Amino acid sequence: MFDFHPQLKQRFAALRTGAEFFSLRYVRESGQYLSVRKNVAEPPSLSRDEGAMLTVRVNGVEAYAATNDLSQQGLQSALDRAEQQARRLKPHALLDLRDQAVSSDRADYFSPNLDQPFPSLSDCYQLLGAESASVPKDERLVNWQVSIGLTHVEQIYLNSAGAELRQAQRFVYPGLDVTAYDGSDSQTRSLGRENFGQQGGADVISRCGLIGAGPQVADQALQLLLAPNTPQGPRDLLLMPDQMMLQIHESIGHPLELDRILGDERNYAGTSFVKAEDFGHLQYGSKLLNVTFDPDIPEQLASYGHDDDGTAASKQFLIKEGLLLRPLGGALSQFRAGMNGVANSRACGWNRPPIDRMANLNIEPGDQPLAQLIGNIERGIMMSTNRSWSIDDARNKFQFGCEWAQLIENGELKGVVKNPNYRAISAQFWKSLSAVGDANTVKVLGTPNCGKGEPNQVIRVGHASPACVFSNVDVFGGDA
Amino acid sequence: MSTSKSQADAFKALVNWLREAIREPEQFTLSYAAESSAFVRFNHAKVRQAGQVQQASIGFKLINDGRHADLDITLAGDPEVDVQRLAEGLQQLRETLPLLPQDPYLLLNHNGWQSKNVQDHPLPDTEQVVAEITRAAEGLDMVGFYAAGPISRGFASSSGAFGWHQANSFNFDFSLFHENGQAVKASYAGHDWSSEGFAKRFALAREQLAFLGRPLRTLAPGQYRAYLAPAALEEIMGMLGWGGFSAQSIASKTSPLQKLYAGDSAFSPQVSIDEKVSGSLSPAFSGEGYPRSDLGLIVAGKAGAQMVSSRSAAEYGLTANGAGGGEMPSALNMAAGTLPEAEILKQLGTGLYISNLWYLNYSDQPGARMTGMTRFATFWVENGEIQAPVSTMRFDDSAYSLLGSQLEALTEERELLLSASTYSQRATASALLPGALISKLTLTL
Repeated sequence: MFDFHPQLKQRFAALRTGAEFFSLRYVRESGQYLSVRKNVAEPPSLSRDEGAMLTVRVNGVEAYAATNDLSQQGLQSALDRAEQQARRLKPHALLDLRDQAVSSDRADYFSPNLDQPFPSLSDCYQLLGAESASVPKDERLVNWQVSIGLTHVEQIYLNSAGAELRQAQRFVYPGLDVTAYDGSDSQTRSLGRENFGQQGGADVISRCGLIGAGPQVADQALQLLLAPNTPQGPRDLLLMPDQMMLQIHESIGHPLELDRILGDERNYAGTSFVKAEDFGHLQYGSKLLNVTFDPDIPEQLASYGHDDDGTAASKQFLIKEGLLLRPLGGALSQFRAGMNGVANSRACGWNRPPIDRMANLNIEPGDQPLAQLIGNIERGIMMSTNRSWSIDDARNKFQFGCEWAQLIENGELKGVVKNPNYRAISAQFWKSLSAVGDANTVKVLGTPNCGKGEPNQVIRVGHASPACVFSNVDVFGGDA
Repeated sequence: MSTSKSQADAFKALVNWLREAIREPEQFTLSYAAESSAFVRFNHAKVRQAGQVQQASIGFKLINDGRHADLDITLAGDPEVDVQRLAEGLQQLRETLPLLPQDPYLLLNHNGWQSKNVQDHPLPDTEQVVAEITRAAEGLDMVGFYAAGPISRGFASSSGAFGWHQANSFNFDFSLFHENGQAVKASYAGHDWSSEGFAKRFALAREQLAFLGRPLRTLAPGQYRAYLAPAALEEIMGMLGWGGFSAQSIASKTSPLQKLYAGDSAFSPQVSIDEKVSGSLSPAFSGEGYPRSDLGLIVAGKAGAQMVSSRSAAEYGLTANGAGGGEMPSALNMAAGTLPEAEILKQLGTGLYISNLWYLNYSDQPGARMTGMTRFATFWVENGEIQAPVSTMRFDDSAYSLLGSQLEALTEERELLLSASTYSQRATASALLPGALISKLTLTL
């Protein structure tokens, strides 16, 4: 682990520049994606990647150069390119960062169970094959796939102020999906995949529930095929954690990103219905809503000690009892806006610069067991597992769809309905939060697929949430 | 910065090394991707963040006795280091193959095809471009992103195939914001930066911005006549391209166009869509080693060819046609219609003029029913005249309605839209599309 560290330190020390501040962020990543589709092992997809980003600050102007050439000459050349760019673009620069503080922290961070070996490739294929074979034989089951994704990342951050931050992490993404088809309609039911990713080892596969899940997931796909469409109209909506993660992500996470509020993302990812002056004043949701930036849950996908600009990460309430308190903004955005934020300046790899990202964004548990959440609903619907997401560029008007739903009548779960969708407006939706599940309903989930930024970046984010109930939401089904 | 020739030579050197290193009956395919990119993002008409990225990688597949595995390796640009990484990769794959079962869907192209396309038109200096952009945007709230530089793609196989594609390009994708929060989106992209061409494009966007100052109109949910400009239609095509034409998706019943390919639904006879690789900006060969064919995906509203990767070809008994692993089109070409651009507003009469759509997804995928938002320069038109910008609205409609029963006309003129995507690497995808006049678009929120 960190075997390139001594050489990198030596090369960093030998770099020469006229910049008042510079940093180097080295990333080495290896990946493995294994899958078995309809009982046939697909060829493994493996990867090895390494490179470094050099960032300079010259007269308050920052610029970066990323390089795949890690030799002394390659790093010096990248540093020179960054410095030249910072000098040449100074007349056009938006920001003067001369007074922005820089990190001098030194620390290491490791994923849990990193010292325990991950199951071998053979063992993984055996597990995937067994799970694939457990899907029952039924001519309506036309497609199924079981997979395990694995990524190791080592990052070393050094800067001219003396910071030295190392982190070694392992991310695991188990998944299973089954598609059923009746000659006209098709329905897919899944477990894990884009909805479940954690740090750790083989324990992640167990926590996901992948082992032994084939028959049940297949049965649910078949049930959906036979189910009526979701009825249209307002109902109380019980969202399970694997839909809550998407709900949090799209209509709390993105609108609270400070770089969006500052306008950086208006040409691509969009803006926000939240304004800078709303912090400390806006009642974002009902009194039951408590939202935290939490880097301290070891297995959660975006737990870390420091962000990619070297800022130490700690748990912070963004929304407390429904009141909006703090944005998702890293050190640079905080400096620009003159506001408090969190340590969420993150890059997806060595070839992209850090920007404000979500990391772990969680809803704190309430006090109601699942049975009580259901028992208190007279006419409602329970929805689970996201399959469709769409929201406007200010992150306000949304429409989300799920794989699985069951109606709730007089406090009891009833029949399955297919194609469940709901739509609402963020600024009003969270005020309709009427009940929050207790800690037993919480699931620690995450996705590797959050896209944002110019140049574009796709990054890991974590969301832990209890089951939650929203009053009087507009729900509807499909046409099929 | 590496030149195209030195990159091609470096790739050839790796190919030659590998040809020497493999042992009968091993086989290999080796793809190559590199770019040297200037990235400049703007906010409030100033440079928000600027940088330069140099990257190169290979995609290495080793095949032996019906078993195969893929390994992507980032290259360092130093011949010795890169050969070392390739040698380590070969060792890793040799150790991996015996652990795998034979793959019944392995299909290799044994043809020793050759392909070469090099376009090395010089690009302007980044500082000069930034100066032109900031000068043009003076006094405006401009936000945008400039990406430029050479892109290289290569392919070689143990069967003697060799492909090389290199192109210089730039893409300035930007928005001009009115103080009321409304914005117009535009881009200036290609391989030959012309100060005059850029000034014209920018001036056009600036003219459109003037309309956005009018008081905002809020619409009630309901059905409206609508014109979708090419950039808006591209969003719909992007959704349909996400598995729609994929042979595997069609066979596994997850394609949003499964009813079209089953013959149960159809688009309007006006709709013909090709994947037209010839003349496009993307390479003429796929990453898995097949020359890419021009394909008629939708012919006069009915299902045509599918995108077929080698794996799908083996599994479903089809012929591989150069589709990549994801079987998505990347050079869409939709047939023009008969509506002259100058007649759009008159033919629209009263309804919505929609410049862009945003964040589409499916409400009911088997029915190709999709939802999404209006974004950037959407106008309310009455009696053929623009009246007011419209606040952001959500639509929810089936593609079989938008491009079928409710499609009135497609425009005579088409627009070439070059992808501004930079996920992992700068994209080479493009779409040549007309605008679409639609008699009923359903707005829901």
